[in-house]
Formats: sequence, C-alpha cells, structure tokens
Amino acid sequence: MRLGLVIDLDVCVGCNACAVACKQWNTSGTTGPLTDYQPYQKNPSGVWFNRIRNFEVGDYPHNKTVHFPMSCMHCEDAWCVTVCPTGASYKRKEDGIVLVDQDKCMGCNYCAWACPYGARELDREDGTMKKCTLCVDRIYDKKLAPEDRQPACVITCPTHARHFGDFDDPNSKVSCVVRERGGQALMPELGYKPTNMYLPPRAVRQEKQHDRRPSLVDRVREWVNRSVMR
Amino acid sequence: MHPAISVIFFTVASGAGYGLIALLALSSLITIDAMPTRGVVLSGGIAALCAITAGFVSSTFHLANPRNAWRAMSRFRTSWLAREGLLAVLFYPIAALWLLRWWLGYDDSVITQALAVLTVLWAMATVFSTGMIYACLRTIPQWNTSLTPANYLLLGLMLGSLALTSLRLYWGEPVSRMLVVNIGFLATAGIMKFLYFFWVGTPSGPTVNTATSFNRATVRLFDVGHSAGTFLTQEFGYQPPMPRIRVLRMTVYVLGFIVPAVLVAMGGEFNELMVAALISLAGVFVERWLFFAEARHVVTLYHGRQQV
Repeated sequence: MRLGLVIDLDVCVGCNACAVACKQWNTSGTTGPLTDYQPYQKNPSGVWFNRIRNFEVGDYPHNKTVHFPMSCMHCEDAWCVTVCPTGASYKRKEDGIVLVDQDKCMGCNYCAWACPYGARELDREDGTMKKCTLCVDRIYDKKLAPEDRQPACVITCPTHARHFGDFDDPNSKVSCVVRERGGQALMPELGYKPTNMYLPPRAVRQEKQHDRRPSLVDRVREWVNRSVMR
Repeated sequence: MHPAISVIFFTVASGAGYGLIALLALSSLITIDAMPTRGVVLSGGIAALCAITAGFVSSTFHLANPRNAWRAMSRFRTSWLAREGLLAVLFYPIAALWLLRWWLGYDDSVITQALAVLTVLWAMATVFSTGMIYACLRTIPQWNTSLTPANYLLLGLMLGSLALTSLRLYWGEPVSRMLVVNIGFLATAGIMKFLYFFWVGTPSGPTVNTATSFNRATVRLFDVGHSAGTFLTQEFGYQPPMPRIRVLRMTVYVLGFIVPAVLVAMGGEFNELMVAALISLAGVFVERWLFFAEARHVVTLYHGRQQV
C-alpha cells in the first residue's frame, strides 16, 4: 500500500483552508502541538506542515497564478530517512508513510537539509523535527466514521482539490486521476521518487477577443433588442 | 545556508586534529627527517585528541535535542553522520592504545607500528566521513561533488602538517623534509580549493521549472505564503552578496595558503611555523564559513530563486 496525496493545481484557489485544518488537527495527535513563534507580535511565525506557495506561470496576457500546497511528499526513496543518524526518521513498510519518532529525534536538522521540498521543520520548543504525518492518527482511527478517516486537509478543501488514496491500487481515485490528467512529481531529477502528485492546470483556450466590427445583421439585431427591452 | 559557528568550529578543529595525529603516526612509520621522539608523539597526540574532542563538544551545540545524541550512531548503515560518529568514537581507543605504547616505551614493536597504521587509516576515514555528510546531499548541488570530501581531507592534512612541523621545531628536531611536505599540502589544498570555487560559481542545478513541473513557461514566485520568516528561510535563506563572497575567497587564498607558504619557505624557525599554522587556521575558518554560506539549497527555488 502506498498512501499519498494528489493535489489538483487546476482547482486549487489558494484559500489556505488545508493549511489551517492541518494546523488545527495537529494541535494534538501523534506529533503534538505545532509551536507558534510570537503569534500576537510583529512577525508571527510557527511550525506548519502544509505551506501554500503561489507562482505566476507565463507572462501576461498568457499567464496564470498557480497555487502550490506543499507538504511531505512521502517519497519512495526518502533521503530524509537515509540520512537520519538516530533512526528517528522512518518509512512505514505497510503504507509508505514517512514519520518522525519524536522520542528519538535529536534535532540535528540533517533531514531538513536532505529534503528538497522543505517538508520538515524544527520545532524550537520541543527540539525535534516535525512533518506531515498524512494524518496517520486519523486514517486508521476506528472511532471515526469511515468518511472521516482521511487527512484533515483533504476533507476540508472546499474546491475538492486534494485527493487521498493508495497509489498501488490502479483503480483508486488517486491512481485514476493521475493517469487521466497526467499527474507530475516535483523535482524528479533528484531521484527521490515523491509519492504525492500534482495535476497540472487544464489547457484552456483563451477567450476570443472581440476585435471585429459587428456585421450589419448584428447591429440591426442589437438595435431591435435594445428597443424591445426599453 | 546559514553558517553555524558550532559546526564550522567542529569540522575545522576535528579535521586539523585528525590530520595532525595521522601525520604523526605516519612519520613514526616512514622516517621523515628523523624518527620522532617520545615528547613529540605524546604531546602531538594529546593535542590532536584535545582538538578533536573540542570539535565534538562544539558539534553538540548544534543539536536542538542533545538528550538523544547518544542514538546518533545507530543508523551507520545508511547515514554518513552516523558513520562519522561511530568512527570518531572508535578512534579514541585506537589512538589511546598507540599513544600508551609510546608512553610505555614500546615504540619499536610491530604492534605499535600496526596501531600507527590503523591510526592513520582510521583518522582519514573519519575525516572522509565528515566530508561525505555534506557531499552525499543531492539537495545542495554545490556540495554534491567529490571535491567536498577531497577538500576536507586535504585541508585537515594541511593544518595537521603545519602543526606537526611547529611541534617538531619546538622539540628541536630537524624538519627540512617536513617543510617540503608542508609546501606540498599547501599547494595541493590551494589548487583543490580553487577548483571548488571555480566549480560552484555558476548555478547549474535544478531550476524553478523542474521544482514546479512547469517546464514550458517562465515561472516566478508570486507569494511565498508567509509574511514573516520560517524555519526554512532561517536555515537556508542566507545568501551573502557576491562582492563579499569574492573578498572572502581572496582572504581564503591569502590567509589559508599564500602567507603560510611564504612563511614556510622562509627557512623554518619555530616562530614562523607557529604563525603560519595559526594564519592558515584562520584561513580555513573563513573557508568553512564560505562553504556553508555559498551553499544554495533547492528549497530556495520555492522561495524566489530561479536556479540553484
């Protein structure tokens, strides 16, 4: 089983609801509270698992604003696991989720150096590295209704831009949508084989410019419509 | 990349210490000028071990949760940091045994010589592992070359050779061949450092296009998503301006290699060698600072950079 997320860049509007939901869910849970640094002062900052970065692709008038929610990609060849000296960083065999054992981490930052996506952050209060857990404490929780056993960010997305599922199952939602829409991995040349996929924006033809003078028939029709309406 | 003073001090001090003790052990095996005396070996060995220990203590200041630092050797099968920790810890008994045999007067025996060989190889393996900690990361293209462990080894040996020559002069031993060895290490390390600066100058790694999977158009960061800094910008966002980098590179060449080489070539008095060793040490500190400051992590592609 290879669990992961698919994020639809065509649909994401950059509302940051997934970031807020992640922060809220992780107020408790396996990794404990995500620390805020000076939240009510001038430069509020904090530990976040999910960050949305916004890019402009292309030049005006052929440009598009694309919003990139980025959390841990749960890579197949996760180098954050390879380089961890204490063994705190590990990848589960049963579902491929990469986790940080908070009891073993010594906060050396080596895994953050190894992660190209910036998924891991040091929590200065706890002194350990924290990252997206793929809501492992949620997806297996039998006390929740089956439809709630998904990551918090997937459930909360108002535009349904996030999908969660098993990439090893060719008939799952995530596998189908990656195939149909041509899902892409980020920075594949590094060889980390990220599990999370991003669906590119659909190719949309630009709206036709009205640069032709209306024909006589159109102008007469326009005049008749105006007279009738008034 | 934010240069952490604790890590800089750790790599420079431990590199110099391993270089000193490796060359000391080597000079007890193959006679350079003369067989070193008991005073040189013991004082040099203890000084080297002190430098190495100071380096390791300094490296623990970099940890946010040092309570778990004892676990840092457990993943030696995959992690170069774990390998380095393990090699460093196991080096102490080897070096201590070798020094003990010299203390007790068994400097001629085969066992002592075998321990000397092991000391040399183990010290070099440890410095190599230190370099590989940085070189194995594909996320920092500047470090991901063979020049990184090469420079760690050569700079450690260079500092060690200067320290050894000063020490032998202090104890009144002949050093004519050691001076040549010093010039050799200074020249080689200087050339390798130049090659490194040449190699990492131009960004040639991943671009923001591959980072966002949009390869067909120009991609620009529009909004990074946070109004204040984050752990990522703090750790990886530091980039000194190019004029300052150029000045610091010149400083590395002058302090690290040129001035010490001139001092060594001037004849070989203890005062000159000592000053050369200290100036070279200062130059290597600047070099290590630049090594971290010039590094560009690929995560900066998500924070405004076009190419690393």
